[in-house]
Amino acid sequence: MIRTVVLQVWSLWWREMKRFWRQPSRVVGAVLQPIVFWLLLGMGLNGSFRPPGAFPTMTYMEYFYPGVVLLVLLFTAIFSTISTIEDRRQGFLQGVLVAPISPLVIVLGQCLGSTTLALLEGAVFLLLAGTAGIKLNLVAALSTLGVMAIIGMGLSGLGLTIAWRMESTQGFHAIMNLILIPSWLLSGAFFPVAGVPSWFRWIMQGNPLTYDMGLLRSALYMGSSKMVSASSGPENITVSIIVAAIFTLFAFACAVTMARREASGVRA
Amino acid sequence: MDGKPLPNLSSVALVEREEAPCAVEARDLRFSYGRKEVLRGISFTIGAGEVFAFLGPNASGKTTLFKILSTLLPAPQGSLTILGYDVARSSATLRRSLGVVFQNSAVDTKLSVVENLRYHGNLYGLWGVELRERIKVMLDLLGLSESADARVETLSGGYRRRVELAKALLHEPAILILDEPSSGLDPEARRDFFNYLLRLRASKSVTVVLTTHDMEEAERCDRVGVLHQGQLVAVGTAGDLKRSVGGDVVVIKAQRPEMLQMKLQQRFGLHVAIVDGRLRIEAPKGHLLVAEIVEAFGSEVESISFGRPTLEDVFTHLTGQRFSASSDDDWSL
Repeated sequence: MIRTVVLQVWSLWWREMKRFWRQPSRVVGAVLQPIVFWLLLGMGLNGSFRPPGAFPTMTYMEYFYPGVVLLVLLFTAIFSTISTIEDRRQGFLQGVLVAPISPLVIVLGQCLGSTTLALLEGAVFLLLAGTAGIKLNLVAALSTLGVMAIIGMGLSGLGLTIAWRMESTQGFHAIMNLILIPSWLLSGAFFPVAGVPSWFRWIMQGNPLTYDMGLLRSALYMGSSKMVSASSGPENITVSIIVAAIFTLFAFACAVTMARREASGVRA
Repeated sequence: MDGKPLPNLSSVALVEREEAPCAVEARDLRFSYGRKEVLRGISFTIGAGEVFAFLGPNASGKTTLFKILSTLLPAPQGSLTILGYDVARSSATLRRSLGVVFQNSAVDTKLSVVENLRYHGNLYGLWGVELRERIKVMLDLLGLSESADARVETLSGGYRRRVELAKALLHEPAILILDEPSSGLDPEARRDFFNYLLRLRASKSVTVVLTTHDMEEAERCDRVGVLHQGQLVAVGTAGDLKRSVGGDVVVIKAQRPEMLQMKLQQRFGLHVAIVDGRLRIEAPKGHLLVAEIVEAFGSEVESISFGRPTLEDVFTHLTGQRFSASSDDDWSL
């Protein structure tokens, strides 16, 4: 029983890997796009950036860097979501649904695949931390990877929740532009919470990605003196960990619920 | 029973099965999408080892029936047992003994043939040496050995369908369910595919249930169930069904069909139907009737033909409609 589940998860995961490597444009795009983003926006806004109070010396390139890490994770989740929608449109998913496999296992396999890709791409991007002025020590690098795994699972879960309901990729693009990208913009990835009007701050504080963002910043500065106040938001690390974990579990549970509905044919 | 995965039946159920070796048993199946009733009380049994076709035009409910049999739709009203399992209760266990081939491709075109099979085998809990051997057997059986490492996207339609078949049979199901297996294939690939299907039935003793709108394909099956607007209007071997028509079928094209219909009924006392603008008569000795009609009403007849009944004639006989003339509004989804 357990062996079968492991085998099923493994084969779903393995397929995600295979498909990723067989689409070279996806590999290159996934790594290059965020880097281009970071360089263009980072250099463009570097001059006009006023760093949050605690760090008068922080450049925008450095401030924006963790935000781009989050963007890398978000893009990977989005790619996996699109491939799930394609799977359904082409009929591949039906073949999975008639197999003796639980919807929970399907979602687990998909999320692990997507998270692995997110980690791989994130790790490549972490190599550039030095150029942003962030000195990564081993502890910081490892905790960053750990945090990326949690966030990656959450974003994949969110993406799959949407994907299992979507008929077309066009519909998904609308959701992406209306919800996912704005959530990223309002997470403290792009600009600090300090200095925005208070109603705006509330929106940011209600955004789960804000806590993912804070956790990521804390992890990148783990063990360095900047650590405590590096997080842009009002939150402390404990709150961030709790909110991020709850968000990940919640997103995963939603994706399983959607998959279960599809598997039982209710949607048909 | 030769080591194929049989369901774990209680001894009582097993005795029942041996008395009537029945792969699928359906009683009064009903199914609706919202208020639209797509299946309207269907009952049938399919014997173990049989090749059974559900023949019907679009919107006859055959795709819905396929989805119910393959456990993709929730159990409908009525009772449905497959291999002794009540589908309403045990679809998870049942799925292990089902092999399903969809109308749309369910293989990953970015993966090679072997990779697809390995993926599918893993989903069914197969791995290691056993999986490798089964893949090899399947590739040989379906003539795919030489394309084993080719990516599916590089293969032709006929080959792809064979990969689907290999995939569906890899876990040695007791029942193979196929939705319109020949759609999208050219006639040669179609015949080819069906030959493979029959060969598999012979070597694996698997029960085959398929849906089709192709007469030729239906004729090659052991028995045919004719679906029309959500009802099963006839079940039997192709031969039996044709005999039920009653002799030959005479079809007349006339300038004024209604007028000729009246005259023919008066003169010969036959039932003359108008189907799709043509007069249609079922009569025991068609060739004699043709001669008589031409003699009497030659000037009003544009063309006249007669022939032994085909399954298409069976459908018309049963429903009063031409098979292909059925509406295209798709209930099947």
